[in-house]
Amino acid sequence: MAAGVAAWLPFARAAAIGWMPVANCPMPLAPADKNKRQDELIVLNVSGRRFQTWRTTLERYPDTLLGSTEKEFFFNEDTKEYFFDRDPEVFRCVLNFYRTGKLHYPRYECISAYDDELAFYGILPEIIGDCCYEEYKDRKRENAERLMDDNDSENNQESMPSLSFRQTMWRAFENPHTSTLALVFYYVTGFFIAVSVITNVVETVPCGTVPGSKELPCGERYSVAFFCLDTACVMIFTVEYLLRLFAAPSRYRFIRSVMSIIDVVAIMPYYIGLVMTNNEDVSGAFVTLRVFRVFRIFKFSRHSQGLRILGYTLKSCASELGFLLFSLTMAIIIFATVMFYAEKGSSASKFTSIPASFWYTIVTMTTLGYGDMVPKTIAGKIFGSICSLSGVLVIALPVPVIVSNFSRIYHQNQRADKRRAQKKARLARIRVAKTGSSNAYLHSKRNGLLNEALELTGTPEEEHMGKTTSLIESQHHHLLHCLEKTTNHEFIDEQMFEQNCMESSMQNYPSTRSPSLSSHPGLTTTCCSRRSKKTTHLPNSNLPATRLRSMQELSTIHIQGSEQPSLTTSRSSLNLKADDGLRPNCKTSQITTAIISIPTPPALTPEGESRPPPASPGPNTNIPSIASNVVKVSAL
Amino acid sequence: MNRCPRRCRSPLGQAARSLYQLVTGSLSPDSVDDEFELSTVCHRPEGLEQLQEQTKFTRKELQVLYRGFKNECPSGIVNEENFKQIYSQFFPQGDSSTYATFLFNAFDTNHDGSVSFEDFVAGLSVILRGTVDDRLNWAFNLYDLNKDGCITKEEMLDIMKSIYDMMGKYTYPALREEAPREHVESFFQKMDRNKDGVVTIEEFIESCQKDENIMRSMQLFDNVI
Repeated sequence: MAAGVAAWLPFARAAAIGWMPVANCPMPLAPADKNKRQDELIVLNVSGRRFQTWRTTLERYPDTLLGSTEKEFFFNEDTKEYFFDRDPEVFRCVLNFYRTGKLHYPRYECISAYDDELAFYGILPEIIGDCCYEEYKDRKRENAERLMDDNDSENNQESMPSLSFRQTMWRAFENPHTSTLALVFYYVTGFFIAVSVITNVVETVPCGTVPGSKELPCGERYSVAFFCLDTACVMIFTVEYLLRLFAAPSRYRFIRSVMSIIDVVAIMPYYIGLVMTNNEDVSGAFVTLRVFRVFRIFKFSRHSQGLRILGYTLKSCASELGFLLFSLTMAIIIFATVMFYAEKGSSASKFTSIPASFWYTIVTMTTLGYGDMVPKTIAGKIFGSICSLSGVLVIALPVPVIVSNFSRIYHQNQRADKRRAQKKARLARIRVAKTGSSNAYLHSKRNGLLNEALELTGTPEEEHMGKTTSLIESQHHHLLHCLEKTTNHEFIDEQMFEQNCMESSMQNYPSTRSPSLSSHPGLTTTCCSRRSKKTTHLPNSNLPATRLRSMQELSTIHIQGSEQPSLTTSRSSLNLKADDGLRPNCKTSQITTAIISIPTPPALTPEGESRPPPASPGPNTNIPSIASNVVKVSAL
Repeated sequence: MNRCPRRCRSPLGQAARSLYQLVTGSLSPDSVDDEFELSTVCHRPEGLEQLQEQTKFTRKELQVLYRGFKNECPSGIVNEENFKQIYSQFFPQGDSSTYATFLFNAFDTNHDGSVSFEDFVAGLSVILRGTVDDRLNWAFNLYDLNKDGCITKEEMLDIMKSIYDMMGKYTYPALREEAPREHVESFFQKMDRNKDGVVTIEEFIESCQKDENIMRSMQLFDNVI
């Protein structure tokens, strides 16, 4: 149980009112608040820094915590001051807001801690002054992205119990790691993409000469083989595309997505080629279409995360790229015009028109310098050198922006992957802590019985044994205990449960002997006397049945008993009797400690055969002589 | 590129805008801007004096309660999700969300989907400082899911199942499917005097007053705070 909600424990205990009228057994006694009602204010004074300010300063903003009557809830009458159990560093910023009217965001502060503090004091973050607002928004954005990332990965990993076939297929396509079949499919498609790209490339390599004709590219020499390869690849791609189309949750959106367009463009040329006949005029266009086959290489982006990051970076830097393009265009036009007019005079100049000079300008600005067009006049050379210098500048400027964007996104992805990997370990540790808390309850149950027994006897020297749990813990355990009483079932831990299940499945049905109803009163006592949990046994019944089965019979009998209204009073009186019988026998409390704290499950068969003393759940056979005393205590 | 999501729907306008963005090369505005919702409504409770009049808590107790309340819900109100999450921390083994929903509806007296500090303290005041009859009334209100003045078997079954859900899987003896139903049957046997299949408030209070266990367990709430 987190420490923060401990303050809500009174509420949870109050909410137990819903169980009281329903419970058939009496509730256990509440733990007494032994400590005097101390003042709750823990004067640890971590936030012991004392700030002082005028009241009117605070009342400038009446819709915040400090400016309204809400702060009266935090007033400490003894010291006549308002005590807030919060971070003093952030409080400094908050108070400065009241003083100056400007809220600042300290850079070293964690964004979510700061947000929590603002929420506590009732201040809207929008009021942050311009000086610090940019920083605040940046950090907040990063945090939000990280949260979204976490949520996404969580959604990917949570096991959805009932998925339709279509949904499983879509999940398999999106995350190949979910099943081996998906992984196989993933690798097969990757392989075929590679094969297809390589064949497209090799097709054009000259492949040796057929005697009597010129050198042929491989594609024409082994055209059948290449055609078969192409067919196979296209087959696979088509099947994959159709499967994805079928499995997509929103088909319309899938069709519009970039990857599906790439898929279609990759396989279309083949089908168009099949359809078209081999006449001369169309085959030219057909050859052009084959160019589109190279787009198959983009299908690799599903397989490579780096490629996806690159694509995403380009998309997110689109405005920078656009600016780069625009400024380059401007510069090209300017310099091309200048070079054209500068070189107009010289003879045999290659600068025949301004568009022709574009080529020279581009080659020069990007510092390529092929040398197919060179200026010959002096003016041309001067302007040419200015052109190449400015080219370097114009290109170098937007590039760092793109690079930093790419690096940011790439590192974010790295961090996300690392976090996802660490998350498993973190979750495992959290799970252990959680079971630790529930085990704490089970653990203290065994010890707790003895606390209550001891408290009833009032032997002071034994009480200190029970003080290992704090008041909050004991109250929490009491709450869980009430729930157990309401439902007539007990909490046990996982291993015990599995043991019970195994035992119940091993011994299917009990023998024919059934407990006689004449033992009814005894049964009802033990129904509510579940405390000696793992050692209870049906009195007067010699069932070799499992504990489980016997408990089930017990509970059914119990319910039948309740249908006779006269028994309600008798049941409560029985409990009273048990309680009355409690006191004299609790004096022998020394011995009970040893018995109750042994959680070993009893050996069934010996108990089943031994003749149980009347109304005595036979515990471990360790201390048979005190069995009767044990009974009374366990009938708590 | 520029996210002007809702403003220009026409593709021509969008193309023109993209061209403009291309040319001017302005940095894309933060996309998170659009999703920046104002922090949740901050609800202030009434003053301490009014709460002292309305409830039976002392000033100190109200202060303590408020501090704990505000710690978990700085915005001053609890919504259902938050409520369920807080309540589930006390029952690590089972699933307490259904019962928490019923509790939430019982505390949310004006049915506006949120529990403010006043609602919270008013409910606690009845449970922890009220007379036994008040408490029984409150419990009846909790069980009566549709607030029509009587508890039917279905309502009781829902409540019972939610209580049994809180036990979780690992119980001894193992929970059977019929356990809640049987419990409901026994409850109705006890409470439904005229055997008409529903339990009215009078039957409920009368039967509870006759049952010593229940009356004794109602005393438990005296020392919770």
